[in-house]
Amino acid sequence: MTSNQWLQIIAYFVVLLALAIPLGIYMGKVYENKPLFLSKLFGWLEKLIYKLGGIHPEKEMDWKGYALSMLLFNIVGGLILYAMERFQASLPLNPAGQSAVPPDLAFNTAISFITNTNWQFYGGESTMSYLTQMAGLAVHNFLCAASGMATLVALIRGIVRKETKFLGNFWVDMTRGTLYILLPLSLIFTMILIQQGTPQTFGNTVNASLVQPTSYDQPVTTAAGVPVTVDGKPQMTHVVVTEQPISLGPVASQEAIKMLGTNGGGYFNVNSAHPYENPTPFIDFLELLAILLIPAALCFTFGSMVKDHRQGWAILAAMFLLLAPMLYICVQQEQAGNPLLNKLTMGTHGETLADGNMEGKEVRFGIVNSSLWASITTAASNGSVNAMHDSFTPLGGMVPMWMIMLGEVSFGGVGSGLYGMLAFVILAVFVAGLMVGRTPEYLGKKIQTYEMKMASIMILIPPLLVLVCTAVAVATGGNGTNNPGAHGFSELLYAFDSMSNNNGSAFAGLSATTLYNLMGGAAMWFGRFWLAIPVLAMAGSLAKKKAVPESAGTLPTHTVLFVVMLISTVVIVGALTFFPALALGPIVEHLKMVRM
Amino acid sequence: MRKKSNSGRGIKNRAGRGKKKGNSTKTGSSTMGTVKPKVDVRVSPEQKRGEVKMENIKTRKLFEGKITRKAIVEAFKKLSPRHMIKNPVMFTVYVGSILTTGLWLQALSGQGESQPGFIFAVSLWLWFTVLFANFAEAMAEGRGKAQADTLRKSRQEVKAKKLAKADKDSKQSEVLSGDLRKGDLVLVEAGDFVPADGEAVVGVAMVDESAITGESAPVVRESGGDRSAVTGGTKVISDWLVIKVSSDPGESFLDRMISMVEGAKRQKTPNEIALNILLAALTIVFLIVCATLLPYSIYSVAASGAGSVVTVTVLVALFVCLAPTTIGGLLSAIGIAGMDRMIQANVIAMSGRAVEAAGDVDMLLLDKTGTITLGNRQATEFIPAAHVEVKELAEAAQLSSLADETPEGRSIVVLAKEKYGLRGQDIQELNATFVPFTAQTRMSGVDIGKRMIRKGAAESIEKYVKDQGGKYPDDVRAGVEAIARRGGTPLVVTEGKTVLGVIHLKDIVKGGIQERFAELRRMGIKTVMITGDNPLTAAAIAAEAGVDDFLAQATPEAKLKLIRDSQAGGRLVAMAGDGTNDAPALAQADVAVAMNTGTQAAKEAGNMVDLDSNPTKLIEVVKIGKQLLMTRGSLTTFSIANDVAKYFAIIPAAFALTYPELDSLNIMRLHSSQSAILSAVIFNAVIIVFLVPLALKGVRYRPASASKLLQDNFLIYGVGGLIVPFLGIKFIDVILVALHLV
Repeated sequence: MTSNQWLQIIAYFVVLLALAIPLGIYMGKVYENKPLFLSKLFGWLEKLIYKLGGIHPEKEMDWKGYALSMLLFNIVGGLILYAMERFQASLPLNPAGQSAVPPDLAFNTAISFITNTNWQFYGGESTMSYLTQMAGLAVHNFLCAASGMATLVALIRGIVRKETKFLGNFWVDMTRGTLYILLPLSLIFTMILIQQGTPQTFGNTVNASLVQPTSYDQPVTTAAGVPVTVDGKPQMTHVVVTEQPISLGPVASQEAIKMLGTNGGGYFNVNSAHPYENPTPFIDFLELLAILLIPAALCFTFGSMVKDHRQGWAILAAMFLLLAPMLYICVQQEQAGNPLLNKLTMGTHGETLADGNMEGKEVRFGIVNSSLWASITTAASNGSVNAMHDSFTPLGGMVPMWMIMLGEVSFGGVGSGLYGMLAFVILAVFVAGLMVGRTPEYLGKKIQTYEMKMASIMILIPPLLVLVCTAVAVATGGNGTNNPGAHGFSELLYAFDSMSNNNGSAFAGLSATTLYNLMGGAAMWFGRFWLAIPVLAMAGSLAKKKAVPESAGTLPTHTVLFVVMLISTVVIVGALTFFPALALGPIVEHLKMVRM
Repeated sequence: MRKKSNSGRGIKNRAGRGKKKGNSTKTGSSTMGTVKPKVDVRVSPEQKRGEVKMENIKTRKLFEGKITRKAIVEAFKKLSPRHMIKNPVMFTVYVGSILTTGLWLQALSGQGESQPGFIFAVSLWLWFTVLFANFAEAMAEGRGKAQADTLRKSRQEVKAKKLAKADKDSKQSEVLSGDLRKGDLVLVEAGDFVPADGEAVVGVAMVDESAITGESAPVVRESGGDRSAVTGGTKVISDWLVIKVSSDPGESFLDRMISMVEGAKRQKTPNEIALNILLAALTIVFLIVCATLLPYSIYSVAASGAGSVVTVTVLVALFVCLAPTTIGGLLSAIGIAGMDRMIQANVIAMSGRAVEAAGDVDMLLLDKTGTITLGNRQATEFIPAAHVEVKELAEAAQLSSLADETPEGRSIVVLAKEKYGLRGQDIQELNATFVPFTAQTRMSGVDIGKRMIRKGAAESIEKYVKDQGGKYPDDVRAGVEAIARRGGTPLVVTEGKTVLGVIHLKDIVKGGIQERFAELRRMGIKTVMITGDNPLTAAAIAAEAGVDDFLAQATPEAKLKLIRDSQAGGRLVAMAGDGTNDAPALAQADVAVAMNTGTQAAKEAGNMVDLDSNPTKLIEVVKIGKQLLMTRGSLTTFSIANDVAKYFAIIPAAFALTYPELDSLNIMRLHSSQSAILSAVIFNAVIIVFLVPLALKGVRYRPASASKLLQDNFLIYGVGGLIVPFLGIKFIDVILVALHLV
């Protein structure tokens, strides 16, 4: 890697940290119901929401109440979203006249957006009306992010509080999280996006005349869609293109929360590779920051809520160290490119093509920014892309796959990333605690049978979903893959990896089938809520416990040693689960490539 | 708080080792006054040094031939499905073994998925894996059983003399010990075995309790007080007792001990259950990993158009290698062995839960007397009044104490002799009259002719002197205060109305105890000294002994409150006790070690009984508890870390035909696919046997902070667990090739 490449990456993380620290501490205040500057501005709105919703903000819930509210809220939201998609043709704000979304796709998409996955088996500009995009998808981008943060906050309260069953009020946490964190941040970001050229309009698609018409040959088909052949060869017609339709819409408002809420569902099919979603290098940098901003800041929220900032730093360090080597591999592999192509010489002077692997990448962003984006969008469960992961080198493409396989705990989704990581912390604390000869405890709370049950469920569910769904997909023939062999296997593995872990990025290349839509929808649902419910159950159990005072016999959880232990736990669990599958996908693909 | 007048209680064994001085007999009321005081033999050499060390930890040889042979037989017996199902991890291996055996039979008939020889070899080693795990458990149980058999020998049916009422001379009827019920009264005389657990209600006797404690010196049992409990199976060697039976047959202390030792009542401890959940979760993950490999393999074969689909035998082999069999196979052995280590330390734990809780203890309550200090105060200094020779004071003090049989009195005689060469004289020769201590005068002394020497507490002497018209000097008053401030007890000596000076009586802190407390502090355990002394004295001794805190003027209520408050603050409290008034606190404490010499009530309230009756044993108990958890944690880490190497052995082998390129992952350069798979399976089985000694002995434990312990164990068992299987699998592969077995 060149010094320029290092500099880009270092600059990114330095700015990220500088923004995350104050934001994290601010978010702690939001959830601890402390007075805020913004509550002077929006306090009336907060009170109004409580009044309209019949919410008693001072009335706290136990874990079951909290979980039930969270679940009901998401189910109702999902049903509304589903209905909106199905009836969009007869609803307003549909200038392009999009027809109803098919049931299996609508099901998949509804679950995708309430679970913070934002997997898209569709192209936004050619499927969704403005209303669906704005009032359906974008609204859920806010709500599922707030819901993830609320779940996390309930867990933190469970750790902090002593001998109580109350974890807070879900409706209050949702309202405050949206009103004081997500909305203000999105508002600022949207303004910057509009200023930089992202459209924000209800205007219809514009047709632009091409300066230079292009043409291509198209096979002639009968009315039934059967190709017409002449002497065994398909008959072709010559098509000349003189106009290009340019899709528009309320893009900027959706783009901001898409990046900030680790949602990642693009307005356009090509996501952040589209010049309207990602118009300038400056915006590219800001979007990169927005991906990790809240997940990183939540570590500081955690530190300030447990009143020990070292704990937050330790988790952040573990998250970063899980990402850093993978990021390096990705950049290095993409920069090295395909050795087979590198061997080819072009021209007469023996120049090689060794400028790295640019297939599927935007020339505006280049290798480092594309690799950085691919690594962090999968580290966090964002899933937006600015390059096509399918076209990465085998190992370069394995990096995003691997980051998702870790269970979206290296940064991860807003809220869900940290609570997933805390499940691993509990696992690490358990094993480490036994190794020092004491019933394990984390931040004074004893980790016992019930916590282990819940942590085990959280660690068990995602790999189960990934492996079983992929197995079903390959057993039914592995349809819809774009490439044969190991790469096709990677496409399937990536798709279910992404959906089960609520990432939502696509390897691309895989086409939707009804089976994939339905199975993927189920995987997203279970991947989200079968983790969130154990988290709340664990929070309830922890809150009831007494706190053990710290002594020399207490295992410190902020040391380098513990960070190493935590990283080892995450990596070993991930590696042991996915090594065979990776061996049959990207690893063998890589070995084939270098041996050829 | 109960005053501990008996110097022998806390440290009986130490004093008794080799040279039994019989100080435990002296306190018996029947012997009082008949034994002539011998001034120079009060303390044994060991006691003088006051060393605190652990002794009497019997170590059983790891592999005793008899136990090992029996364990091998047991390992096969345990193959019954009803037993196997209790251990989920090993049960999956068991199912795998049966499955591969079926595949082998199928292969023999010519339609197998692979060569019969290979399937047979894999199947055989899977069976070995199961057997090795069973063997480990049987070994641990066998060692416990051997201990139980020794105990059982003392539980023979004996004839008991049942009495009609609590009177030696009341009507007797002969019944079998098994027919005795709670509340029955029996007479035991010299030569009789005590037929059942009970409480002495009349009489005093010497009892040989070696059957239970392993301690050969007999102990006194007498009615009333704290030493009234007798245990069934012990033997009366002199005098007689009337005993009120306190347990029905089958519920006696001995019965409970045997069932604990045998592991019959063994319930899984909380941490063990939590660990089992983790292991079950991992097993499920690996089951899914291996099961899904079959469709992946089918797809890959179709996609690459080469090779053949991975066989079920290989998948089962992979699964067994990945599943946490090492820890799964050794888990119950570790638990039983922990209990066994307690027994070897002469502590009987009433539940495995108590052993585990011992590792979590973060506060230790220790009685001052007998635990932190030697049983009694000793004179250390004579401080004469102005114009009085120190020798004069020493002589008077010695004379006044000649007939004083209390340990304090005798220590004064010893000090005068050692420091000033004053030999103890015979009280009869001097024609002296001994004036005993009474509650009214609160002093004692001697009258020799006209000389009237008295010693006692400062206030009593002051009153005595002033009553005779004498003057109580200020320098003596200052001396008294100085001693009290330093945690000592001042005794003022006067002859007539002339005050001669002060004797400094001091609590002697046991040598080496400070180091032990420092050790405990490093382990993160807070020590609290419990004493009936006033706060000033208590503070001085606490500082000298190096305890973290003290509870002065302790009453049973104050003790109970301290425990409750600490528990409410999230602490786990351990304490040792022996008296009936300790029982409430023992019942409240998380780890409560009752002394075997203590009352039945104390033993009932505690969850452990120390047969050596050594309160310092608490420290050992904590260590053993920690060791138990550490062994589990370390072997879990080792087991999981092992999997990495196994992947590198099996994955290239399993898919070599489909994707020859995967051979790059065969970094151990194993000979062939079959040898690679077989080596991994063999390693997986053999490692269990290699780790049996570790499981039984427990991992090494030395007191250190949690961070340091984690660092060491992470390096040894985590990093070691990564490296060892690479070497082991390669080594087995080389041997298999050399023997032409593959």
